[in-house]
Amino acid sequence: MKEIAVVAFSQSDCLAQAGAANEVELIMPQLRAVFGQVGLNNAQDVDFVCSGSCDYLQGAAFAFVAGVDALGAVPPIKESHVEMDAAWALYESILKIRMGHADSALVYGFAKASSGELPIVLSQQLDPYYLAPLWVDSVSLAAMQARLLLEKGLATERAMAEVVARSRRHALGNPHAQLSGEVSVEELLAADTFVAPLRMSDCAPVADGAAAMIICTVDKAREWGLPYARISGIDHRIETHNLGMRDLTDSVSTRLAAEGAGVKRGPVQVAELYAPFSHQEIILSRALALGDDTVVNPSGGVLAGNLMMASGLSRIGEVFRRIVSGEIARGVAHATSGPCLQHNLVAVLESA
Amino acid sequence: MAQPNVLSQAFELGFTYTRSTGPVVGRFLTGLRERRILGIRTSDGRVVVPPMEYDPNTAEALTEFVEVGQQGTIVSWCWVRQPRAAHPLQQPFAWAMIQLDGADVPMIHCVAAAAEQDLATGARVQAAWADETRGFITDIRCFELAGAKAPDSRPVQQDAAQGEEEAVTRVETPIYLHYNFTAGRAPARFLARVKEGVLTGQRCPRCANVYIPPRGSCPACGVATEEEVVLPDKGTVQSFTVVAIPIPNNPIKPPFVIANLVLDGANISFIHLMSECENSQVRIGQRVQAVWKPQAEWTYAMDNIRYFRPIDEPDVPVDMIGKLPISGREG
Repeated sequence: MKEIAVVAFSQSDCLAQAGAANEVELIMPQLRAVFGQVGLNNAQDVDFVCSGSCDYLQGAAFAFVAGVDALGAVPPIKESHVEMDAAWALYESILKIRMGHADSALVYGFAKASSGELPIVLSQQLDPYYLAPLWVDSVSLAAMQARLLLEKGLATERAMAEVVARSRRHALGNPHAQLSGEVSVEELLAADTFVAPLRMSDCAPVADGAAAMIICTVDKAREWGLPYARISGIDHRIETHNLGMRDLTDSVSTRLAAEGAGVKRGPVQVAELYAPFSHQEIILSRALALGDDTVVNPSGGVLAGNLMMASGLSRIGEVFRRIVSGEIARGVAHATSGPCLQHNLVAVLESA
Repeated sequence: MAQPNVLSQAFELGFTYTRSTGPVVGRFLTGLRERRILGIRTSDGRVVVPPMEYDPNTAEALTEFVEVGQQGTIVSWCWVRQPRAAHPLQQPFAWAMIQLDGADVPMIHCVAAAAEQDLATGARVQAAWADETRGFITDIRCFELAGAKAPDSRPVQQDAAQGEEEAVTRVETPIYLHYNFTAGRAPARFLARVKEGVLTGQRCPRCANVYIPPRGSCPACGVATEEEVVLPDKGTVQSFTVVAIPIPNNPIKPPFVIANLVLDGANISFIHLMSECENSQVRIGQRVQAVWKPQAEWTYAMDNIRYFRPIDEPDVPVDMIGKLPISGREG
């Protein structure tokens, strides 16, 4: 089977509001950056392009088609799109390469989530008969999950605040972060609840932006003469849409995806987890059986800045950056989708 | 380059769907209309409320309905201090996972309570029904703490006429979402000039094509466009259609002409109206010019131009359409 290499990654700053910039204007600087890292002109120079975005977020039908204006798609290119985080666009691209239909691919994700009321927009991905008409927002669902965790003794509010404090501290080293700084657990716990038991600091901020990545076969990376990280395993699993039938205190899908991706086959030096709520990082760390020797979210993770439809891809990009810089040799990246960690993707990256 | 003002506008996006319920959801909703709550039994014997159509473990179709109680126990909950406009309750309230008596799996609904302290996991709640039930999830208006007041004693049995009502097979589920749309940096610059009666395109630094209205990129080359080019309001018909049917919410009475027009000096067309012409005489290659609204009415919109009208210039050969210089036909 063809081995997959990540050779380029770039992400924008996480901006509370991207101001005037439209989709194309958000995407283009990131595409320019990854083309520049590889020495390519435009999408004509890769074999496949796949993007991840969700038109509901900005309320513009077919916004993802407008995004194609950033590519240089004349003459026509091989292009695809997932209405999901771009981590799943990466998954599709890997399949395309492994099937022998491409040797290289451009993957990107973007959102202008500030255009709408994100927690309410996300309520419309729920069951259309039983839940969407009630407008149960994404923060409230996560808050009910957090309470289950707290009342079963599987987490404490202090442990959640520690996740937030560590995220902000790590984000000091991340120039793209939206929230960073030294903040004490006591300060965090002193704040009022937002949707109890969650405090505002337990919830990822809404951000606009984009991220892009170029992957290829290991042979192609050598031909291009580029440093690379191998994706040695990737898998994703989804749980039932019926929240009442799930054990919300665990992430069975993450556990299974981790097995499929081969997380246990070596040490995990770094784990970049897509946990939009602090308690979800605790659930995920447990599902991935991470030990004290793993640094979780050295970028600050999405509590420091959450690019909808791009944050999953960014988790993979963050691990890639650390491998190529020589900082680590092996790391795990995770992406999620749906309410309360319904759908989870796990990727293992290793040095060449 | 100066950062342009952010041009933005609030808008409402509506998805006015009517959904078929199918037999399982339909039976549950029919039950709600009768102020009864039905669950369904899964292959491992659990009762799920609201009922699912297929067993989540075996994927078998589920058929065994079970009526459950109207009271239940809170399994988990959260307190919404500041309800959102879309929420069903506008006073501070709780969302809760409620395991109804006789059910094995909790359902999610809202709980009305005076204060956060009144609620706890394990608290007993009961369904509060809407004044009029119609076969929709909001027939349960909310849940309330059990014992807070006498249980809803309205008879389950409806009067004879209602008893013969047909089962629910369709529901209207209108969705309205509210957004603040921003035009984009390049479109904002373009629209700011249109407000002054000036048409401005952008030139690609690589292939030199001029785009109007500009979106900030050359879609052919995939590079950002920044150089601005002021274009005349004269152009050429690249293609057109005569619209013969009325279009909902469009005040223009058919038949009318919609055309793809390329301005002189531009390389890509945009769509606008044509008027002051015999519809049967409109043709590809025809020369046109903008007819503007009075200056006092100009705003950030392409309909500052009412329409384009034919002008007395020779037609442009097909292979020259989209290739004229800014100076036009004679240039």
